[in-house]
Amino acid sequence: MKKTYNINKKGYYGEFGGAYIPEMLYPNVEELRQNYLKIMAEPSFKEEFDHLLKDYVGRPSPLYFAKRLSEKYNTKIYLKREDLNHTGAHKVNNTIGQILMAQRLGKTRIIAETGAGQHGVATATVCALMGLKCIVYMGEIDIARQAPNVARMKMLGAEVRPALSGSRTLKDATNEAIRDWINNPVDTHYIIGSVVGPHPYPDMVARFQAIVSEEIQWQLKDKEGTTKPDYVIACVGGGSNAAGAFYHYLDDTDVKLIAVEAAGKGIHSGESAATSVLGKEGIIHGSKTLLMQTNDGQITEPYSISAGLDYPGVGPMHAHLYTSGRAEFISITDDEAMTAGLELSQLEGIIPAIETSHSLAIFNQKKFKENDIVVINLSGRGDKDLQNYIDYFKL
Amino acid sequence: MNRIQQKLKEDKKLLSIYFSAGYPNLNDTVSIIQNLEKSGVDMIEIGLPFSDPLADGPTIQASSTQALKNGMTTEILFNQLKDIRKSVSIPLIIMGYFNPILQYGVEAFCKTCQEIGIDGLIIPDLPVDVYNEQYKATFEKHGLINVFLITPQTSVDRINFIDSISNGFIYMVSSASVTGSNSGFGDEQTAYFKRISDMHLKNPQIVGFGISNNETFTQATQHAKGAIIGSAFIKHLSQFGVSKISDFVNTILR
Repeated sequence: MKKTYNINKKGYYGEFGGAYIPEMLYPNVEELRQNYLKIMAEPSFKEEFDHLLKDYVGRPSPLYFAKRLSEKYNTKIYLKREDLNHTGAHKVNNTIGQILMAQRLGKTRIIAETGAGQHGVATATVCALMGLKCIVYMGEIDIARQAPNVARMKMLGAEVRPALSGSRTLKDATNEAIRDWINNPVDTHYIIGSVVGPHPYPDMVARFQAIVSEEIQWQLKDKEGTTKPDYVIACVGGGSNAAGAFYHYLDDTDVKLIAVEAAGKGIHSGESAATSVLGKEGIIHGSKTLLMQTNDGQITEPYSISAGLDYPGVGPMHAHLYTSGRAEFISITDDEAMTAGLELSQLEGIIPAIETSHSLAIFNQKKFKENDIVVINLSGRGDKDLQNYIDYFKL
Repeated sequence: MNRIQQKLKEDKKLLSIYFSAGYPNLNDTVSIIQNLEKSGVDMIEIGLPFSDPLADGPTIQASSTQALKNGMTTEILFNQLKDIRKSVSIPLIIMGYFNPILQYGVEAFCKTCQEIGIDGLIIPDLPVDVYNEQYKATFEKHGLINVFLITPQTSVDRINFIDSISNGFIYMVSSASVTGSNSGFGDEQTAYFKRISDMHLKNPQIVGFGISNNETFTQATQHAKGAIIGSAFIKHLSQFGVSKISDFVNTILR
């Protein structure tokens, strides 16, 4: 059999993945596992998904040749403009898919977790669109840090519930959402925001995000006469934008994949989110993957200036891409990312999300050849991060 | 015969108590166990604290977090328990999430449990099929009974499968909830307890989640072999301390 970096029948990427969940969650997750591929293959599902991506989200997102950036680094750089999607990031691709899934499963109540609030906003948006009840769990600390996104969710009709347990950030918001699902097993669908969680979530979310690499293929064909770039680069927290950008290239080793993680204040500073370097194999949120933890198996709190990258684990697909060597993993510090974000703003007139700024910082660490085609997934826009940029650059 | 199996043969309804090891104080573990045995409890679940206890409500989360703050680790717990069999004969179960056990090493964890005299394990996030394929032989080699959970949503086929790979009791979760929620059982729960009881499984059932007093204990054990109390016990422990454990047990078994 041909070697694959995609998921196997049992829900694993290599040795990573699976569904390590309490029995209370089994019926929900099993219902989803048995149905998700069938539902996604239904013509009516595809039609509605494609229609909403086109007319509501605004797809296809452009594949933009970044001329001045390319000149500066003497290579060919294309930006996949997920920042131009409705709600400002790639997150909405997944929430559109999952809300249609939830409807077909007969669910009437939607829950989600959010860190910075991007996934929460994308979920609240599709719930408003479909008229479904929406509850978003958000760490108490994040609620204080991300007031504009909290307001957006409320304006969209969602209820934002503070996660008061543990470290009161993303991982705890995820725990609270899972507990809610345990308490409401029949009417509720849990829209997970990244390629994390128990099988089939990592695979389902990757499939909804796969539209990103599907478009890159034909867009690049138009511009360069080939579907294959030399490199695809994306930042990784949980890993959903990277999963989407890598998806159709996973098994095509002509295309090199680079995942960029947040080093925070430095990998060994004690304030970092570079899971591939600092993590060990373990179980988080129902998935076997690499995660940051103590020797005793307690999950630790990561740090990054970017709220979208400070997850203590990483999706099982990426854990496998890392350990198998299929993807190269690079860590970028807060300072490198912020500088790269400013540079893109001033060279191309695009203010990126700080998450995305991490991928853009790669050009100072890695040299590319003059005729290399390098595609960077510009996963989100920087509006939500303005206050951070203001504070950092004293604007 | 394993102490759990022995206990299950007794002609009485069993009371099992859960507590988080390392709470309220790091070194309370042994005296809590001794006091519980003295008070007439039938079985004890020693909670191995975890940073992210997905299936637990606020009370157990808080006790678990405090236990970790107090410095509890797997190593320390094993150390505290190393002479426990010199003073108690009650069946002892360790209940914990899978990640700390995985980091300790499943084989090493089971081996240490056996040396100490632990009788069984409850690992809520270790899936039935993973256990069956990868770990069953290890558990059995070390004489450990693994206890699985079922819920009102668990299908009949799955209950039968769980029954077939269990050799102690089945942990019957009373309702769709995390620990510590609800108070009192309605007709729905009673019907569910009876439905399971009528399946005549080879393993007896012990009810957990939502049992907090004599009334709920009596209701839960009408159709089941026993019941487990966690959150309500921890609340009592927080308020009145280790020396008043028998007061709590007396209100349940009065």
